[in-house]
Amino acid sequence: MKPACDAFLHALREPTVMAGFDAETWDRVVRQARTSGLLGRLGALASGFSERLPEAVWQHLEAALTLAEQQRRAVHWELRQLGRALERTEGPVVLLKGAAYAAADLAPAAGRIFTDIDLLVPRAQLGATEGALMLDGWITSPHDAYDIRYYREWMHELPPMRHIRRQTWLDVHHNILPETARRKTQPALFLAASLPLPGFPRFSIPQPADQVLHSATHLFHEGEWQHGLRDLVDLDALLRAYGADPAFWPQLLARAKTLNLGRPLYYALRYARHLLHTPMPQGLELVCPEQPGHLAAALLDALFLPAFASAHAECKTPLSGPAAFALYVRSHWLRMPLHLLIPHLLRKAHKSEDN
Amino acid sequence: MAVKLGKLSPTALRRQLARGLDLRTGPFRFLIRSHSPEVARGLATLYPDFPLPLDGFRDFHIRADKVSGPRRWYRPQCNFWFDGLTPFKPLPANHAFPLLEWGMNWCIAGHAQHYLMLHAAVLERHGRAVILPGDPGAGKSTLTAALTLSGWRLLSDEITLIDRKDGLIVPLARPVSLKNQSIEIIRAAFPQAVIGDIALDTHKGTVAHLKPPTNSVERMDEKARAAHIVFPRWRADTVARLTHHSKADAFIHAATHGFNYSLLGRLGYELNAALIDTCECWDFEYSRLDEALAVFEELVS
Repeated sequence: MKPACDAFLHALREPTVMAGFDAETWDRVVRQARTSGLLGRLGALASGFSERLPEAVWQHLEAALTLAEQQRRAVHWELRQLGRALERTEGPVVLLKGAAYAAADLAPAAGRIFTDIDLLVPRAQLGATEGALMLDGWITSPHDAYDIRYYREWMHELPPMRHIRRQTWLDVHHNILPETARRKTQPALFLAASLPLPGFPRFSIPQPADQVLHSATHLFHEGEWQHGLRDLVDLDALLRAYGADPAFWPQLLARAKTLNLGRPLYYALRYARHLLHTPMPQGLELVCPEQPGHLAAALLDALFLPAFASAHAECKTPLSGPAAFALYVRSHWLRMPLHLLIPHLLRKAHKSEDN
Repeated sequence: MAVKLGKLSPTALRRQLARGLDLRTGPFRFLIRSHSPEVARGLATLYPDFPLPLDGFRDFHIRADKVSGPRRWYRPQCNFWFDGLTPFKPLPANHAFPLLEWGMNWCIAGHAQHYLMLHAAVLERHGRAVILPGDPGAGKSTLTAALTLSGWRLLSDEITLIDRKDGLIVPLARPVSLKNQSIEIIRAAFPQAVIGDIALDTHKGTVAHLKPPTNSVERMDEKARAAHIVFPRWRADTVARLTHHSKADAFIHAATHGFNYSLLGRLGYELNAALIDTCECWDFEYSRLDEALAVFEELVS
């Protein structure tokens, strides 16, 4: 990370340092936080001592907190509508990521901004769920035949759905990794361990260790590095909250082994500790059920570290562009076997030229 | 005491803009970067009374410049950058100044959630502010410009900012945007009006901006209390007259035409209700500006 980013990361690690930032520092930090989607998070972290921040700065943080609060209200309301629409489907409906944090008021929720609602249902319930949603006014955005095949045969989710009147976006997943991914996990175990969500009778949320594992899998398997740091901050918040209980850590490692998600967990622990100084037991990475070799670890550091900083121009290094591209290729490599991947990338390149 | 923009020579202004010009308008500080001569000319003409603060925290880092690539040279285009992002589609290069104005409005309307923001003009006279919500084509801008040029203090032309702490109106004092025939109407009625470059064929038609009076800019840190909400409508051959507008309807109008009423939730409701409670609400029809000005003078005297 370049020194230009130090103050921002420092604020995420030790929020009280914000009280000592000068105007020049804030001029950078507010912009970095905004482009990383973390302005509301800084607001939540500073809300206990807001009078010690310059007023002009606090106004931006407060504005972002206001937006996050509106999204929280909107998600609660939307989940009540969705709960009614899904009353007659069977099996658990598990909220993932932002919607789960907001509905259950989990540690990452404070000041967090998100754009869609992610649900996980058993694969056998996919048709019934989609049918019930369509009856309630949720429509799939138009796609060509290839896109439909991409989602329905290869991916772990339906094409994104949007409510015809409320304009909310919804992603319905049946797995936490694509069907074609090299790594296989067991969504049935993930669903079976989910916990009912008080106040929302139709929904449940992943159990604590699974919240961490899903967030880690999403972050290190998708190519969406625009939100990379935000997602790492979510992981940091979850690990700080649950890790206060020493019994959590062995459970987390055991669960990662069961679900075959040891590698994403390793990365989550490594980068959360490295960038955000997340407290965790000494040498935890070394007992992680799956670890990369030294060479692979060094290569991935060279890719991941610039990518976490890539949200803001001032934090970019000459390697940020190539690193982001390499991670984009990596996310596809993890997602599909080569005989599907090469035609897929050629097709995407061809389509983007048309646009 | 910060230097005023008008003190800079044209060369100094161009040089400063290339590096980044610090400008304050009401509570907001912008860092503006541009190499466009249209932007430099627009700022010199319309913003000479605005203060240029020294370094420190800026609310918005923005840029209005020609795009790179072939469209820099062939039928050149310009774009607006907000801290590296481009929220708009490119425009012809000679529209750089209106693009900057729209971009500044976009920055405020999209981010200043620490205010209740109404889509309305607002002016003040004798300590009483009058809010002019207006649907497009209602003659709001023409009326705002005429009042501005007749001794009223301009608080804002597009965005009425209501302070969430005290419910008072916070001025921006930025230029008034004039469209189509209102440009000629204002020029004819007020030969002393300072109007910037005319941009033809924008998505809003022909556009030009009116310089805010020096006094309005010098008093831009002075908040004002709202006394009236007036819904103007221009209609040919009518006598200027005010009629009562239902408060319930004014509430709904302010709520649905606000930039962030629903975003503020309960606070938005409370601020809006307090505003409507303290204001008298009117419909206003007019055809002649001189009659309109007389009615407004009476409203606040």
